[in-house]
Amino acid sequence: MIVVELRKLLTRPRTWITIALIDALPTLVAVLLALTDVGPRPGTGPAFLSAVLADGTLFPLAALAMVLPLFLPVAVALTAGDAIAGEAQTGTLRYLLARPVGRTRLLVAKLVAVIAFVLLTVLVVAATGFVVGALLLGDAPLSSSVSGTSLTQQELAWRTVLALGYAVLAMLGVASIALFFSTITDSPPGAAMGALAFLIASTLLLTLDAANALQPYLPTRYWLAFVDLFRDPILWRDVGFGVLQQGVYVLLFLGAAWANFTTRDITS
Amino acid sequence: MITTDGLTKRYGPVLAVDCIDLDVRAGDIYGFLGANGSGKTTTVRMLLGLVLPTSGTIRLLDEPMPRAAHSVLPQVGALIEGPAAYGHLSGRSNLALLDAAGPGGPRRTRRARVDAALEQVGLARVSSRQVRAYSLGMRQRLGLAAALLRTPRLLILDEPTNGLDPQGIREIRDLLVGLHAQGTTVFLSSHLLAEVEQLCTRVGVLDRGRLVLQDELTVLQQPTGRTVVRTPDAERAHGLLDGRVEHRDGDRIVVRRTDAAALNSLLVGQGVRVHELGPERRTLEQVVLAATTESPEVAP
Repeated sequence: MIVVELRKLLTRPRTWITIALIDALPTLVAVLLALTDVGPRPGTGPAFLSAVLADGTLFPLAALAMVLPLFLPVAVALTAGDAIAGEAQTGTLRYLLARPVGRTRLLVAKLVAVIAFVLLTVLVVAATGFVVGALLLGDAPLSSSVSGTSLTQQELAWRTVLALGYAVLAMLGVASIALFFSTITDSPPGAAMGALAFLIASTLLLTLDAANALQPYLPTRYWLAFVDLFRDPILWRDVGFGVLQQGVYVLLFLGAAWANFTTRDITS
Repeated sequence: MITTDGLTKRYGPVLAVDCIDLDVRAGDIYGFLGANGSGKTTTVRMLLGLVLPTSGTIRLLDEPMPRAAHSVLPQVGALIEGPAAYGHLSGRSNLALLDAAGPGGPRRTRRARVDAALEQVGLARVSSRQVRAYSLGMRQRLGLAAALLRTPRLLILDEPTNGLDPQGIREIRDLLVGLHAQGTTVFLSSHLLAEVEQLCTRVGVLDRGRLVLQDELTVLQQPTGRTVVRTPDAERAHGLLDGRVEHRDGDRIVVRRTDAAALNSLLVGQGVRVHELGPERRTLEQVVLAATTESPEVAP
């Protein structure tokens, strides 16, 4: 079933258009930076962006930091929101379940397909970032940490892998929320909007001092903590909280999705 | 093949299916009749484990559903409330995906299975076209092909001839008769009386969630014990048969008398010309209308 879902994901034009659109933003930024040579002052703008003019090898991270707060979550919410509700809408859900495909199996296969989509998108963004960074931007072997000390290429590489893993986990949280909404409605946009509303509310509450007590529990609170992985020494505190928190969100919403989907009447 | 015991489904205050005891035997072509909204589709969905019953039990191929779904459903082909497919894929890719999704079914023989199913429903020539570009009738055929993929022992078909032209309906009917001859049991849910009358061996009638009738078609249509006479001398015949005429409608007289031969000789002996004389049989429509209450259109 997992193979079937992956094949569905990859044969679908929508998947590739979404990835291309997500990829377009960082590429545009790189071109603009290369043409104008005007970077944001250090400490302002998206993470790493001020450093990339000098060292293009940091651009994959800068690209990731650009798409992570908005583009990627929207794409993930749309894909995961479509998972069950989309099948319900086209009417194929009843035929899959009558084939039969176990409901738990279907849910797992859908989740795996969403993770594959996230991985694919993150890898494409990072790879494109690497190529345009090397071609268009500075090649001074700066390889500096955010703290100012220098890192070896090797250190930078494994920290980048860690950061990618962290971003994927954050998106897994989004996917779980959207998947849950996808099991309670037959409308894919409805499910995606539900998940996005959740994230937008979270982002909004993070800027509100009165919501201080809530903030540690909001799903977007630690999203950008992966920057800490590039401090010297690594600042594990927020990253650790982030991993823990996303884990709880994933378990909670996947559990709810499973409980709902396996006991529900399929009337679509 | 299908037995249900007190099968009931309640949606909030609405009793969609009310304590029905279906009995579909091996080798039947079972016609499941009912008006729109009488609970046919809910019943079909419960049989396939899509909707969970409020109470009652289901046995499919002698195994309990939905518990044994994993072993039972691969032997069942289904068409539920119209076909569905992924529009951006071809008919062939759709069937291949569906075949791969289910348990069993070795990959080596998948292509042959898909080809055979497409051939059976007459879609082989357009199988590589995107389903998006299919007509309603072609989609219906694709849905049937999907049901036939694993050469099922039991076919559960909900309105299989929907959207087909008369030629297509005929083809599907021949296909079902052919499959039945090879030993496939068919459960056919429909609101088309004529279709069921032509095809089915057993009939169940659903009215507002209740199974009001379930029997062999030949039993339902056996002679009523009355004789129908058509004669141009209806006035004279009426006089002769005084007291035994059930009712008269123009040149058609319905007589309460079992022996048609004696009646014939009586009429002819008296010089009454007879066009037609024979035992009265009820049409399926009459049977169904007699069993169901009025205004089925507004049934909840």
